[in-house]
Parts: sequence; structure tokens; C-alpha cells
Amino acid sequence: MSLVELKNIYKSFGGVVALRGINFEIGSNEVVGILGDNGAGKSTLIKIITGLHPFDDGEMYIKGQKIDPKTYSVKMAHEMGIETVYQEKALAAKQALWRNIFLGRQITNRFGFIKVKEEKEITNRIMRDIIGFTGIGANPDSTIKTLSGGEQQGVAIGRAMHFDADLVILDEPTIALSLQEVRKVLNFIRKIKENGKSCVYISHNIANVYPVSDRFVAIDRGQVVGNYRREDITLEELNDELIRLTKVKEGNN
Amino acid sequence: MKLAESKTTLDYSRYKLQIGLVIITFLIFILFMITSPDVFLSPRIYRSFLSTVPFVGVMALGLTLVLAMGEIDLSFPAVMALSGFVFASIFGSTGSIILGLICSMAVGAVVGFMNGTLVTRIGIPSIVVTLGMQFLIRGLSNVLSQGLAKPMTLDETIFYNLFAGTFLTIPIQSLWFLGLAVLLWFILFRHKFGEHVLFVGDNEDATRMMGVNVNRVKIMVFMLMGVMASFAGILDLFKMRTWWPTMGEGYLMMTMAAVFVGGTSMFGGEATIFGTFVGAFLIGSLEAGIVAAGLSGFWTRLIYGLLILVAVTLHTVLKKNR
Repeated sequence: MSLVELKNIYKSFGGVVALRGINFEIGSNEVVGILGDNGAGKSTLIKIITGLHPFDDGEMYIKGQKIDPKTYSVKMAHEMGIETVYQEKALAAKQALWRNIFLGRQITNRFGFIKVKEEKEITNRIMRDIIGFTGIGANPDSTIKTLSGGEQQGVAIGRAMHFDADLVILDEPTIALSLQEVRKVLNFIRKIKENGKSCVYISHNIANVYPVSDRFVAIDRGQVVGNYRREDITLEELNDELIRLTKVKEGNN
Repeated sequence: MKLAESKTTLDYSRYKLQIGLVIITFLIFILFMITSPDVFLSPRIYRSFLSTVPFVGVMALGLTLVLAMGEIDLSFPAVMALSGFVFASIFGSTGSIILGLICSMAVGAVVGFMNGTLVTRIGIPSIVVTLGMQFLIRGLSNVLSQGLAKPMTLDETIFYNLFAGTFLTIPIQSLWFLGLAVLLWFILFRHKFGEHVLFVGDNEDATRMMGVNVNRVKIMVFMLMGVMASFAGILDLFKMRTWWPTMGEGYLMMTMAAVFVGGTSMFGGEATIFGTFVGAFLIGSLEAGIVAAGLSGFWTRLIYGLLILVAVTLHTVLKKNR
């Protein structure tokens, strides 16, 4: 059974059609890359899966359960094990690491007061055991802005895995990162796979993430135009394929 | 163990702002003691501060939360006036203090709700919404009162002791201020709600992505600000025993100054309740100190301005070095 399955999904904003009949699925323990140009519909697709936007038409299943777009929400997605990590929007920079981990899911007493000690202890454990932060001088009290871009994604990914996400969604995980930072993020993605979870990411730049992916889906103008398994295609071939798709698009115009 | 070590150094830098503020405050008071020892070495002036500073202070606490979430409220002095009018009218016609209290707090909550709703649902910047609201509310209390003051006989009741009396010779207003400061500290830094306020001010999108109802948080903070303004109005009324149509005028800048001098910035995501508490006393005692020193009242604003600029510069520099 697929973890997430989309059938013939449509979505438009005002008069602009963003998705026109998307068919897409994510298996369990699978790392899938969604590729495509700006405006292809990658972000919209992801926001539908995470419950930020309702879809207009089509069917969506999560773990076999049919999703009603009217009631589906970010909160429900969390409960069903779907977590998104947006590079810019994942964490609040001036707040402490431990607060970021538990935002929206605080451990509180019955009056809503936060159990600070407990949250900090668990944060420590997440950093050490789940994401393997070592020797970077960060502790649960560090503010997010003191961490590097790659480390910040690590925190967000660790948060997702701690809360038993079955699917971690990454939005442009390697954009604007140095090579060393990219390597860190790739390790985090490997950790997701090692833990038996799935991961979907969207990316412009496929070269970085190619080695840790199982499958690639190309999207153009709101439709799926290509589906490739990594063992069937080399990085070069995949790049050629994407360029070919772009050319077709320009030819049509 | 390693963790504990790094924590102590961190704590020091975290309290750097507060320590700096306390030092400034002490220096200014020492200066006052030198320039006018008669006034500033006797307890009378301090008792006077303890009963007057809380009007500004209570509103400054509310404003601290508004700024922490990256918004602003300019309407609270007008809310203070309208709530005061509602209290005076209801007490005048029914003689019930409790009913007056409830209704005047409700006015603050309703105005806050309107501010918050216009900011979140319609999407108007809070500075614009609350500027308009400030005129509307002030105008409403002028129209309703026809510009006439309302004297009240509030002494001799248990409520008078509660809002304007003394406790062990300490003016009770200052105990309200202290109690509310402690309460708001716990709400802001230890309660889920306060955490949401800080996150909204820091990164609204991230907060929404984590499933927090951002609009509701904002509306609630504007409502809290309104209720705090109403309460400041109540404290003021019990002390003055007369409602004036000009009530609250002049408090806007004083309150903002107290919060900024205290170290809370306009950028959102950060706030200091302790800073606001000290800042309110600093701002609130300045005028008396200047006048007692023999300078004419003309100097007051100049020195206010100087103090605010110096304090805010200091805060910003200290934060950068952190």
C-alpha cells in the first residue's frame, strides 16, 4: 500500500490553474524527488499533501484512507504522520531550539504551562540520537539563528522524526547551502531512510540530491511528465531528460 | 555536564540587557539624589511613584506582548478613556461597582477584538487599524460624555481599598502592577500561549506551518491589551475619583517609551517583562526628578528623548554583540 496516493488532482487559485490532473504516489520507506521549473506546480502539490491548501478535484489517500479536502488540515496531516520542513519557514530564528522542537505540540500541565525541563531533555535526546548533532556547540537553549542553514534543517528533520512522521517533506533542501552544508542535509535524508521513513523533496538542482533518492518525478505545468527510478537512470541521463522536457515546453510556446 | 557549563555563560549574556537597564536606573536615581536630596532621600516621592507609575506600567505590560508578536497598538489610551466612561456611567446609574468593572473590562476586550479582527481577517497593518480606532474610541467617549467630567464617590468601599488603598503602607497600585507583571511573565515565557505570541512575532509562517492558529493568537493579544488598558483606567479612576474626557491623553508616548527603554524591540519575537517593569518606573519618575532638580518643565521632553535614544541604542548594540 502506498503511503500517499493522489489521483487526478486539480487545484486552481482564482483563475490560475496550478495542478491539472496530477497522479502521484509515495511508497513506504522511499525517497522521492519532485523536479520541475518555477511555477510547475511543485509547491502547490506539496502544500496539498501537507494540508495547507485544499484540492479542488480528484482523490487523495493517506495510508489507504480517503482524504476529504474540506476537513483536511496541517494538524490532521501531523496526526497522520506527515511533516513538512521548509528551509526558510521551518523555524523561528530568535527562539530557543527546544521551543522550536515543541511548537504547536508543547508538553504542558493541564493549565497549559510548559514543562520546560522535560522539553529540554527530549530536545537533547533528539539532537544526539536522531539527528546525530555532535560537537557543534549547540544546546537546547541555543537560538536557531546561531545554527548554520544545514543544521537548522537537521533540527526540523529531527523534530519531524521525533513526532513519528512517516513522511518528511523537504522544500528545496539544498538551496543556498555550501557544499559542506549540503553534505549534512544529505546525511539527514539518509537518516530518514535508515529509520524506515519516507521522504519527498522538491528541488531545482537534482545533482545534489540524486545519490540519496530512490525515484524522481518530473512535473511541468501542473502535470506529471516523467517518472524515473534511480537504478534505471544516471544523473546525466536525468539531466538530459529534464532539458528535453523544457525544450518541448518551449517548442509548444 | 558540558551542557551545564555552556548554560551559565549563556545566562549571563541573556541577562546583560536587564543588568544594563538596572544600572542605568540606579545611576539616574543617584543623580536625582545628588541634585535634589530633600526630595529623593525621603520616602514620600517613592510612595508617590508607586501609586502613579502603575497606570502607565499596566498598559506597558500589555503593549510588551503586542510588540512581542510584532504588532503595535495606538488605541489603548482611548480605550482607557472609554472604559473609564463606561465604568463611571454604570456606577453612577446603578451604584454597582462590580457591574461597572465587568462592563468596562468588556469594552476593552471588544475594542481589542475589533483591532485584532481588522488586522488578521482584513489584513490592515496594526498601526493603521489602531490609529483609526484610537480616534473612533476617543470620539465615542467625547460624544457620549458631551465633554463633561463625571465625579464619583468611590471611597469608603472595599473596592476603594482594593484599587487605591495601601497594603502595609505600600500603595496598592504597585502591587497590582507587580502581580500582573509576574503573571504576564509566566504567560509569556512559560505558557503555551505566550510561546505562540513570541513565535508569531518571530516567524509567522513557521508558526502557522506548525499548526498554530496565528489569527486567534493575534486577536487574543489585542484583547488582552484592551483589558489591560481598561484596568489601568479603573486604577486611575479610583485614585482620581473623577472621570475626565481627556483621560489617557499623554499616556501613549509614555507607555511606548517605557517598553522601548525596557528593551523590548519593535521587530517582534523578543520581549522583556522585567525591562518593561523597570522601564515604567524609570520613565514615570523622570519628570518629577527633572522638576525637583530645579530645571523647568521645558527640559522634560528633551531629557525623555535623550534617555530613550540612549537606552534603545544600548539595547541594540548589546543584542548585536550577543
